[in-house]
Amino acid sequence: MDIIVLVKFVPDLVEDLEIDAQSGLLDRSFLRLIPNELDEHALEEALLLKERHGGTVTVITVDTGDVDESLYTAAAKGVDRLIKITGEGFDQGVTNQALAVIFQSVMGDMAFDLILTGTQAVDDLDGFVGAMLAERMGLPYVGYVTRVEAENGTMVARKEYPGGLNADIEVRQPAVLGIQAAEKPPRYVVTSKVMEAMRSATIDEIEAPETPIGGSLPVSRMSVPETGAHAEMIEGTLEQIAEAVANRLREQGILA
Amino acid sequence: MTGEVCVVAETLRGEVTELTYTMLAAGRQLANGLKTRLSAFLIGHQVERMTASLGAADRVVCVDDPALVEFNPQAYLHVVAEIFGRHTPRVGLFGHTATGTDIACGVAQRLGAPIAVSCRTFTTEGGEPHYSSLICGGKIIAEGPLPGPCCIATVMTGGYKAEQGKVVKAAPVESLPAPEGLDALRTRFKRYIEPPAGDVDITKQAIIVSVGRGIQNKDNLAMAEELAKALGGVVSGSRPVIDQGWLPTTRLVGKSGKQVKPKVYLALGISGAPEHAEGMRDAEMIVAINRDEKAPIYGFAHVGAAVDVLEFVPVLTDKIKHIHCA
Repeated sequence: MDIIVLVKFVPDLVEDLEIDAQSGLLDRSFLRLIPNELDEHALEEALLLKERHGGTVTVITVDTGDVDESLYTAAAKGVDRLIKITGEGFDQGVTNQALAVIFQSVMGDMAFDLILTGTQAVDDLDGFVGAMLAERMGLPYVGYVTRVEAENGTMVARKEYPGGLNADIEVRQPAVLGIQAAEKPPRYVVTSKVMEAMRSATIDEIEAPETPIGGSLPVSRMSVPETGAHAEMIEGTLEQIAEAVANRLREQGILA
Repeated sequence: MTGEVCVVAETLRGEVTELTYTMLAAGRQLANGLKTRLSAFLIGHQVERMTASLGAADRVVCVDDPALVEFNPQAYLHVVAEIFGRHTPRVGLFGHTATGTDIACGVAQRLGAPIAVSCRTFTTEGGEPHYSSLICGGKIIAEGPLPGPCCIATVMTGGYKAEQGKVVKAAPVESLPAPEGLDALRTRFKRYIEPPAGDVDITKQAIIVSVGRGIQNKDNLAMAEELAKALGGVVSGSRPVIDQGWLPTTRLVGKSGKQVKPKVYLALGISGAPEHAEGMRDAEMIVAINRDEKAPIYGFAHVGAAVDVLEFVPVLTDKIKHIHCA
């Protein structure tokens, strides 16, 4: 089975996000970008499928800045082909709608049985990349998938519903699946293997077609929600805070 | 439905979901603002009996077919895209859920309409609908207009109360024939897999100690277990903790897990992303411990302290044990 995994880079939410005063949008100048967590789960699921059924795994990402190390890490994990799509202005961020168009054009002449990507990404605003791509390519799509089983051109995707309920959906290849979680946590590779991949693996660079990267959903402004407005924040030593929390629990009738 | 606001109702195993009523509340406000009608669009099999609680809409449009008895991504997408293609709404609302997002993006693509996901609230300004979305794990609000002639939006909880949209009143019901081609699709519903039984039911607990990414590793879970034991509660977790396999899926709180309403919810190292908030926002008292003072959880927790979870939990556990002994 030949699988393509699409990886998008997103803001690292551990860092403070700031709004650019002039544009009123996310300030990207000091933004730290990391691979979307669910795309890493999609990669893990692809590697598990390769282990079970043979075939190849190709990772494609868009060069929104500093993506090479993550591609080499993918190679160290067992990915066969690395593709980086380059283009003008990508460092300013690319909308999901544009990503769907760009991924489609780059995959135009590639053979594959399955495309995997994260169901969603933390910064999604104008749709989900996988679902939009599937529609553009005329392929079936199932999202929120946590397990994939394949047999003779047919796959069974386990789809997650609320409350712990799941459903098995049969999907005929080729298809696009949005991964919510891989069957196992994404594997870890040691740095020495990544260094080795940097020497042995190559990244194919493909130039993106000329596509407007803005998409069709207008964004007038972004803002940071007032978070401190609601909670009563307790300060002091750990001991004092524990005392205060215990008092609140007591008021709530939890403690004697 | 042309030019109107249309809510694509969600059902699961023959029941209308709670989020559908949240969408109806949003849709009602939008329709009033745009001075147009609100339709609820109900897809499935033998759906007529489910229309009774959709009275917040001016009418209910049904497509009923045995092939639609359970959610099937391609079939549902096909039905909505065909009907919206003929009767294009001004705004089509879908749930920001496992089923809603599977079809909303495809419908938008097929109609060539812009889509906004993770919408919490809507407004009307100068006769134009606007969205407000909560993105980046609840750390950023994005706002903008929904340009005409048609836009698609996915709605999550938090902006409207489901009760506002739950109106038991008979709205006029209109049936449309299912479009051709439902027998030639490449996805098929096979079966449901029930949640594993046997574990404690976290929805029935008065005290929940919940851990997030801030707990850092599996070994540190023992700390949370000890605190839960001292309080007479149980331990649950947010998505990253479950995906790492540190806790079983039965302990997942949030959009894809359980919705809990305990007397006390202690959130340890949880940032409070919207997906998690959906499962615990209605707890009677939320106590949040997270070193990041800007964490979204402080936007809806009742009590908080921006200290290190790993340092704080043992101190609190000692304090609780001491109170019990005294």
